[in-house]
Amino acid sequence: MGGALTRGERQNLYKGLGFISPWIVGFAVFGLYPLCASFYYSFCDYDVLNKPAYVGALNYQDMVGDTVFWKALYNTIYFAVFSIPLGLFTAFMIAVMLNQSVKGRSVFRTLYFLPSIVPLIGVSMIWMWLFNSDYSLVNYSLSKIGLEGPGWLTEEAWVKPTLVMSGVWQVGGTIVIFLAALQDVPRSLYESAEIDGASAPVRLWHITVPMVSPAIYFNLVMGIIGASQEFVRPFVMLNGSGPNRSALLYVVNLYQNAFDYLNMGYACAMAWVLFVIIVLLTWGATVISRKHVYYGGDG
Amino acid sequence: MISRRLGRVMLYVALVSGAVIFTIPLLWMLSTAVKPIDQARSSPPRWLPYQHLMEVDGQAVPVGVEDMPEDAAAVSTETPITVGVAYQWVMEIDGQAVPVKPIDEQFDEGEASTVEVVVHYHMQVNDGGGWRLAKLAELNQGEALEGQVDIVVIEDDGYMSRQTVEASRLRRSYDLTTRDMKASFGVSETLAVPVEALSRVWVPWDDRKVLAHVLVDWRDARYGDLTEKIAFRWRNFGDAIEAMDMFPAYLKNTLVLCVLTVIGTVISSTLVAYGFSRIEWPGRDKVFLLVMATMMIPGSVMMVPLFTLFRDMGWIGTLRPLWVPTFFAGAFNVFLLRQFFRTIPKDLSEAAKIDGCSELRVFWQIILPLAKPAITVVALFQFMGTWNDFLGPLIYLTDQEDFTLALGLQFFQSKSGGTQWHYLMAASSLVVLPVIVLFFLAQRTFIEGISMSGLKG
Repeated sequence: MGGALTRGERQNLYKGLGFISPWIVGFAVFGLYPLCASFYYSFCDYDVLNKPAYVGALNYQDMVGDTVFWKALYNTIYFAVFSIPLGLFTAFMIAVMLNQSVKGRSVFRTLYFLPSIVPLIGVSMIWMWLFNSDYSLVNYSLSKIGLEGPGWLTEEAWVKPTLVMSGVWQVGGTIVIFLAALQDVPRSLYESAEIDGASAPVRLWHITVPMVSPAIYFNLVMGIIGASQEFVRPFVMLNGSGPNRSALLYVVNLYQNAFDYLNMGYACAMAWVLFVIIVLLTWGATVISRKHVYYGGDG
Repeated sequence: MISRRLGRVMLYVALVSGAVIFTIPLLWMLSTAVKPIDQARSSPPRWLPYQHLMEVDGQAVPVGVEDMPEDAAAVSTETPITVGVAYQWVMEIDGQAVPVKPIDEQFDEGEASTVEVVVHYHMQVNDGGGWRLAKLAELNQGEALEGQVDIVVIEDDGYMSRQTVEASRLRRSYDLTTRDMKASFGVSETLAVPVEALSRVWVPWDDRKVLAHVLVDWRDARYGDLTEKIAFRWRNFGDAIEAMDMFPAYLKNTLVLCVLTVIGTVISSTLVAYGFSRIEWPGRDKVFLLVMATMMIPGSVMMVPLFTLFRDMGWIGTLRPLWVPTFFAGAFNVFLLRQFFRTIPKDLSEAAKIDGCSELRVFWQIILPLAKPAITVVALFQFMGTWNDFLGPLIYLTDQEDFTLALGLQFFQSKSGGTQWHYLMAASSLVVLPVIVLFFLAQRTFIEGISMSGLKG
């Protein structure tokens, strides 16, 4: 950058900056400023009504002894550990099935995709009704096969699995990304494997999975980011936290600290811890993916 | 060969059962949305809403059933039940069938010759802008001329005002529904009418709280007397809208936000994406990396400072925090559009520039028309994002009249406390269905957009 620019280059620079100026302004006001402010607030006692008062790392120290914080973190990890693999697996299997030459493929694709565009608030309402403890369709169906359905949204042991399930219902976007990747896998690979006598599961594991590994990696990262920030469904379906805070997720806890208890500084500190966790997990996924993800010829 | 056929069968079984499981929640929402509440809660649950009919005076009338045994298996045609039938007394006034209320509800049709009944009506005045409710002023002030009356009307601002109008501008409007009766300025009048003037009209059981002056008669019957008819309760949608209180405001706010955010996103993201793809300037790709990096930042990090920023600007409780930022280009949209802009051959814009076109004209007249598919994707995603957004309105909106549909729905749910499931599902359908319709209209754009965002990352 140090050298002098030619006239044309300088002109292009001004033009380029002109075109991206909306982003520059937006980044400064709605990106950089909040980022810095948030970092500063995380070292402050701040209740919105009074000016933030610097308290050092107190917020971060408080977190260590805050049992609610640890519970929310544990719940979120639990949620992520079950919902991400389950979502990836379900989406992958559905995509593989949809990638076969089946009749009515576009109808199936639409039906599987549709739930994923339902507004989260609608999903929450539907799920509250389906898994209601008094009149639920799910528990009635279970009773038909001789099982007594639990209080899905009222029993501590069941609220997190219910959340996971309602998330898996919305894997449509993941399916579409897998499908697009599957369509790029050359047919010839399968044909030659079949000639060599490889069975369908072997072909799936040794050809399909490696060939779509970039999509798996992408969906995994999106899954991590999505699961760690889950908010609407627990907030609406479980009134924020569920019985004995069993479904209090990280961001819901953060929201409550910020806007219910007005511990804005503490909330910012929590947000930064979450940020670090997400970065570490994404980095971890990337390191693992370097070994296993296959980026074709051009990668 | 057999194993191959078996494999196909298993594939279809898996696909169909999966599709059924994925579809049931939506269908159950729609099914509940058109049921009366007792059927929404009934066990065993049924998919199609129905009405019980019973023959009364040679007419199949929708009736209400009491004492139905809980256990459906225990019901036989001989099971005794109590059936509610609803009816109105109707008489003709000014050529119109008007429901009236006999003062003695149990009067004997055979014995009585005249019956005292009450009619409810409202006065309406037409002062040029259509009919509106009015009330005769209690005391006519005297100076009113012949053929003129003093009335009181409610102005648009909610205040009452007194006017003198010609009597010919007034009319009576008889109350047909309970809602009519609740309107202010209602008048009731007692008339003695000959019994022949009254006729008994059976009304659907479901309408007994909607229509005016409905009386209810309980009769003993057997289960076998009933027939069943599939009947969708479309009225739930209207009732839910009414129960939500400010639904029209929610809808208006949501649409206003959708329009503003789509405009903001399309304008700003195309400009910025152009700057990152069609102009070579030093440092461009490094800055673009920064744009991509901002996508990594979780929204919760900015939540508090953005709130305080908007509060200092006095924007809390307005829609502004929800749309103004979209005029400053979001990273994801810039990324999508940039990918697309890069596929447009360079020669096109070079040729135009040699002909003396300015950069803005190249952007406007060459790139934008070619990028329509990508712009549609961005607009569609933004529309959906705004329609679905919950956290933003939750943080920034304070007054109920500013709520969006998503927030209004949650407000309604928490207020009604999980009792009126049929209304809640009707309201949810109203929030969910537009998105689904939009999806069917733009299915290909959707799928391509998602594949685009995932593949080229």
